[in-house]
Amino acid sequence: MRTLKFLLEKEYKQIFRDTIILRMILAMPLIQLLVMPLAADFEIKNVNIAIVDHDRSPYSQELVSKIRSSGYFVLTDFGSSYRNSFEQLESDEADLILEIPQDFERNLVRENQQSLLIAVNAINGTKATVGGSYLGSIIQDFNGDIKADWITPQGLNQTPLIDINNLNWFNPFLNYQFFMVPGILVLLVTMIGAYMCALNIVKEKEVGTIEQINVTPIKKHHFILGKLIPFWTIGIFVFSLGFFLIARLVYDLVPAGSILTLYAFLSLFLVAILGVGLLVSTYSTSQQQAMSLSFFFMMIFILMSGLFTPIESMPEWAKVFAYANPVTYFIEVMRMIVMKGSGFKDIQNHFLIMTGFALLFNTWAIINYKKTS
Amino acid sequence: MTDEVVISTHQLTKRFGDFVAADQITFDVYKGEIFGFLGANGAGKTTAMRMLCGLSTPSSGEATIAGFDVYKETEKIKKNIGYMSQKFSLYEDLTVLENIRFFGGIYGLSDRQIKEKSEALINQLGLASHGHKLVGSLPLGWKQKLAFSVAIFHDPKIVFLDEPTGGVDPVTRRQFWDLIYAASDEGITVFVTTHYMDEAEYCNRISMMVDGKIKALDAPITLKQQFNTTSMDDVFFELARGAQRGD
Repeated sequence: MRTLKFLLEKEYKQIFRDTIILRMILAMPLIQLLVMPLAADFEIKNVNIAIVDHDRSPYSQELVSKIRSSGYFVLTDFGSSYRNSFEQLESDEADLILEIPQDFERNLVRENQQSLLIAVNAINGTKATVGGSYLGSIIQDFNGDIKADWITPQGLNQTPLIDINNLNWFNPFLNYQFFMVPGILVLLVTMIGAYMCALNIVKEKEVGTIEQINVTPIKKHHFILGKLIPFWTIGIFVFSLGFFLIARLVYDLVPAGSILTLYAFLSLFLVAILGVGLLVSTYSTSQQQAMSLSFFFMMIFILMSGLFTPIESMPEWAKVFAYANPVTYFIEVMRMIVMKGSGFKDIQNHFLIMTGFALLFNTWAIINYKKTS
Repeated sequence: MTDEVVISTHQLTKRFGDFVAADQITFDVYKGEIFGFLGANGAGKTTAMRMLCGLSTPSSGEATIAGFDVYKETEKIKKNIGYMSQKFSLYEDLTVLENIRFFGGIYGLSDRQIKEKSEALINQLGLASHGHKLVGSLPLGWKQKLAFSVAIFHDPKIVFLDEPTGGVDPVTRRQFWDLIYAASDEGITVFVTTHYMDEAEYCNRISMMVDGKIKALDAPITLKQQFNTTSMDDVFFELARGAQRGD
């Protein structure tokens, strides 16, 4: 125990003396939480549209103004030449082309049907699909208006009367930030665990001080605890800073569930992810190696965690990776507790799995950490 | 110097694959002795020393350090030795006193012992006014002396020094050796590797390693007589020129 006291004393002194690390600890949660949820937004706005109107009738005008007033589209070209508009599509100025054919109004009135052409620039897949479906629903809506105009006076109502009302549970206003902020908090503590801890240990290897430690009677587990505890506390601190300061004050995010349960899970998660950092450090001899290795794992952990893309829509083989990833479980737990108000009972499986991860990574790292070669 | 053996090796060998870094090394070192461990670059000195410190497990052979077995009792060995590596290995981002406190603490010294001993130590080294300076800001010579003092701070039975005076000026080297003599007078056995032949002369006995084997082992004066020369340089040259390995 006394050994551990001296190790911790030394570690904290070194961390607080390193101004770059200190700044990172303070600035990282602030910047990431302020910038990312606002910028990395999946709502698609500003879809560039070029409209080719061969009809120039009141109806076609009405459709165009409906599209423009929807707020999702920016009109980049309005003309009567498909070729011109297509050039815009080719040069990436336009994402979509809507072609309104000649006799649009006449056919609508007379034959009660008319087809439109939507050409989509599918290079940016998300923008194209989402923009296309927005446009589709606007036209649908327009269609409904027309039918109502024409048919109602005659007393016949052929417009479907089923009206769908959505009720959004847990995030009633579909606030995208409520969804992202908890996820980014997870990202933050993952970074601290996987990077800072690994780099710190490898630095001792690089400088040669670890050799000095290895000739002392310090026990392996003391040394490792001496490294884990400081970064564990930093992780808790950074999380709290982001959670209570930014998430609450800036995004008005008040957790629906128990904060105690959340912190219990956070503590466990940190042990697991610090284990990853430790493991990385036992396999690297230089800070560069540790960086590259951590970066590799971080990318997989983050992209396969369901933070940005739902795991349910991943292919089967990818789901295996997603569920072999500790970050996935913490993001799930965060969203469950913060947004749904889930209690311990709902996430006990997550606790069990995370305990497994913590044991696996740390045991592996301890076995692989050698005082003697 | 007494007859009490503190380091004893018998046919100690370390192989890395086909390469035999240390080949059947056999020697004894006595309590309070200053034992010079010489050899050209790549001769296997550091490998041998790492085995004796418990940093590296031997491939075969036997050795006891301070009475403890190098295979089974490495943790007990570590309590009884001090070690100063080629690479400077105090924490540069801690102060002089913090370094002393840390290493004293992990060897199990009490807070009072640490306090009293560190004051005495910085006074002795002439660092009294620099106790709160970061070690990284000290000149190399002071760092080396400090590193040595920290290595023997917990009063080990043996201290291992791996090329401790590399890169320091002759005056500082002389001062460094004064510290070594003082430690030896207190009964600490000093096991030192060096490339400086004047330093070899300061040792009670030296061993010469060539290609992983010990080629000669005796007092410097005896070796000079044996090779019929007046300088250790010549002795070294005579022994090392047959070497197959090098940089």
